[in-house]
Amino acid sequence: MTVPLNASGLDNSGRRIVVDPVTRIEGHMRCEVNVDSNNIIRNAVSTGTMWRGLEVILKGRDPRDAWAFVERICGVCTGCHALTSVRAVEDALGIEIPYNAHLIRHLMDKTLNIHDHIVHFYHLHALDWVNPVNALKADPKATSELQQAVSPAHPKSSPGYFRDVQNRLKKFVESGQLGIFANGYWDNPAYKLPPEADLMAVAHYLEALDLQKEVVKIHTIFGGKNPHPNYLVGGVACAINLDDVGAAGAPVNMTSLNFVLARIREAQEFTKNVYIPDVLAIGGIYKDWLYGGGLSASNVLSYGTHTVIPGDKSTDLLPAGAIINGNWNEILPVDVRDPNEVQEFVDHSWYEYAEGKKGLHPWDGDTSPKFELGPKTKGTKTNIKELDEAHKYSWIKAPRWKGHAMEVGPLARYIIAYNSGREYVIEQVDRSLSAFNQATGLDLGVKPFLTSTIGRTLARALDCELCVDSMVDDWNALINNIKNGDSSTANVEKWDPSTWPKEAKGVGTNEAPRGALGHWIKIKDGKIENYQAVVPTTWNGSPRDSDGNIGAFEASLLNTPMERPEEPVEILRTLHSFDPCLACSTHVMSEDGQEMSRVKIR
Amino acid sequence: MSQIETFYEVMRRQGITRRSFLKYCSLTAAALGLGPTFVPQIANAMETKPRTPVLWLHGLECTCCSESFIRSAHPLVKDVVLSMISLDYDDTLMASAGHQAEAILEETIQKYKGEYILAVEGNPPLNEDGMFCIIGGKPFLDQLKHAAKDAKAIIAWGSCASWGCVQAARPNPTQAVPIHKVIKDKPIIKVPGCPPIAEVMTGVITYMLTFGKVPELDRQGRPKMFYGQRIHDKCYRRPHFDAGQFVEQWDDEGARKGYCLYKVGCKGPTSYNACSTIRWNEGVSFPIQAGHGCIGCSEDGFWDKGSFYDRLTNIPQFGIEKNADEIGTAVAGGVGAAIAAHAAVSAIKRMTTSDDKTEAKQEEHS
Repeated sequence: MTVPLNASGLDNSGRRIVVDPVTRIEGHMRCEVNVDSNNIIRNAVSTGTMWRGLEVILKGRDPRDAWAFVERICGVCTGCHALTSVRAVEDALGIEIPYNAHLIRHLMDKTLNIHDHIVHFYHLHALDWVNPVNALKADPKATSELQQAVSPAHPKSSPGYFRDVQNRLKKFVESGQLGIFANGYWDNPAYKLPPEADLMAVAHYLEALDLQKEVVKIHTIFGGKNPHPNYLVGGVACAINLDDVGAAGAPVNMTSLNFVLARIREAQEFTKNVYIPDVLAIGGIYKDWLYGGGLSASNVLSYGTHTVIPGDKSTDLLPAGAIINGNWNEILPVDVRDPNEVQEFVDHSWYEYAEGKKGLHPWDGDTSPKFELGPKTKGTKTNIKELDEAHKYSWIKAPRWKGHAMEVGPLARYIIAYNSGREYVIEQVDRSLSAFNQATGLDLGVKPFLTSTIGRTLARALDCELCVDSMVDDWNALINNIKNGDSSTANVEKWDPSTWPKEAKGVGTNEAPRGALGHWIKIKDGKIENYQAVVPTTWNGSPRDSDGNIGAFEASLLNTPMERPEEPVEILRTLHSFDPCLACSTHVMSEDGQEMSRVKIR
Repeated sequence: MSQIETFYEVMRRQGITRRSFLKYCSLTAAALGLGPTFVPQIANAMETKPRTPVLWLHGLECTCCSESFIRSAHPLVKDVVLSMISLDYDDTLMASAGHQAEAILEETIQKYKGEYILAVEGNPPLNEDGMFCIIGGKPFLDQLKHAAKDAKAIIAWGSCASWGCVQAARPNPTQAVPIHKVIKDKPIIKVPGCPPIAEVMTGVITYMLTFGKVPELDRQGRPKMFYGQRIHDKCYRRPHFDAGQFVEQWDDEGARKGYCLYKVGCKGPTSYNACSTIRWNEGVSFPIQAGHGCIGCSEDGFWDKGSFYDRLTNIPQFGIEKNADEIGTAVAGGVGAAIAAHAAVSAIKRMTTSDDKTEAKQEEHS
């Protein structure tokens, strides 16, 4: 089913459905769709409904402090902005970090990815597939059999265990106070799982809640706390002391390293024995619901991540690249410094460019907020009923790569890694597809399988597996390096701003849990002259651009049938597969001092 | 919906034994810093107090407070959400969306007038008629005021709701304000931090459910039990401060030995929080233990007090312009109780009692 990727192919004549707030996401988002007479979505409008202006706030500050500010862009993907920020500053100043710091940052970054993916699947996304009320009808014994069939290695599988979970749920529901489950869509036919699968998933919802607080303790060891662990320009602040006086009170010692390994192992077991089997089991039951691919079948982008040999991007476990027009045979190179590649447009965003319609590279960005509703808006400025998407309609800008709207995220990086011949990834994808085909009796190919809402959700789980597995390698590499006599964790040669050039500019990139993340910085006289972040949800949640190209959220909803248009189960299901992070996407603002005066401070 | 159940009834119904319940009460007492004599009181309260509805709103924020909250180890967040409170509205976790979500908010406000707790994460922007943060097509500010009107108590989670935090840092382009600037007729319990410690968050809630009252607050509205002391007061590296043993540069000998981080910018001496006592993520560690100075994230306006790596003495509002080095050379004068003098005096004292050459050399710096 071909999805139109331009506003010109959309039909907004049918019934309009508004979802605001979109819940179980980070931040604030609104979504409006039009459905045709068969309740199929024919137009989608994705709106970021918050703006904070962090880059403006950064102007004039110490570049060594920037990580802490931008870390507060998002407390869910906590740390990934901080990491990208220290990379941008180090790139600008030409600082190389010690190998131990490289490894410790990897361990922290992967911890974040693991945590983010697990919490996303179980606590933000699962309720789009899983019906907790239906779980009350399950037979605990049959649930136990299902658990053992789906994942023989998971120890929590006895009938008694599931009976306890069910009893707890039953009593909760009977209390009449449904809390977070209240007003769910529990009698909607869009929910397809048998009661036993629902019960198993509810049990795992609770297990995941316990697990997630354990894996983040790796951040606590290396960064002192979670959420929002501490980072450092030049390396990491957690000094290593294994066998000298004071080791017991040092950040990294034998005890804390052992502790870290234990947390990795725990997360590894959960990912392999619970998370991936659950996604495949649920995906298999929803085999007839292969909607939601949208832009992923055409255009995907990744900056590449998990560089094994410092400085050598060709050793990225998940490589950088771009695919356009669905041509999986050609991976295009990406240069984030090229002014003609990454550009942002604001035609449909609540900003204005001084020089009219054009795209601007982040180093040359311009942002002035301009909150303005189109003539076809229904409602008033402070009570919007329906937006006019022909005009400005979002606090998110529209980034484009060489003019193309791109999907980013685990699915995008997996498509690129798969087609770049990364063996680990090919094995993961092929293994999953074969399990899916075997369970469903289908004979799907990789492309239709991956480029769907289910494929996007699966890619996240596989990304989690890659992180837990490679963390064991990182941990071993760290031990080896220390064994070889290197316990250095920070390069302080350029810590003092007096050693810096008068002017410098740099860029830091990363693949955050939700996709391609870039921070661009300009430094002048030891202070931040400008700072721009173009984040994953800005890519995915973007409104239309000058040419009418639609973003990934909007594209993914098109052609999806809704069981009951007034109940947005299908909309939530597909939007959640991106794990939207609106605080990330909508803070973007400019750099150059003039804009400040145009922000009205009342 | 039936009448509100007590916490104890819910726990019992869920198969928790009386013995486990009492054990839970004693853990709660310990977490709250109360002695064992309080256990019967807690148990009694939990047996008779109803399960309180909580509305958790989100303004301009980054969701780090919610993320911290779900890290709570004692009590576990699943027990909080399933058994202790009724989390009726929280757009991060709730199943429903759009008008079904808005309906829940309304229903709880109407049904439990004056009985629900309002928890606020983030803050409202005032510029652009509040439309820098839109919920259901309207300014977040409207939702906040509406939900505050009939709340029994209001909790300001984190530094955003308490002080303004990062979006309110200079020049505060959206004019984001802490919630007490727009809710003026109700006491607000401030639980600052970016984010607050998980067990501090659940500790505040548990205290309120247990004792049926707001914890004792300081003049700024923070619970004294968690924000009554500075991080420096209870820091495990404090003996190094007193001994004049400092980290001079990242990854130096002092950093590896766990010396005091004051000279690389630690804000522990001026930050009121429980990081050095309760610590983070089930007591695993805290920023200073992991080698980075405290950035003072629970303090009002901490973003605008100079670099995180500036020594405290270099900060104008600290009330003293000299730094530790300068004071070290002129220690006799009456510099009062200022931290820098304190550091220098500690250092000098150490010098007179130690003949360790490396350390003496370090003192030349200080």
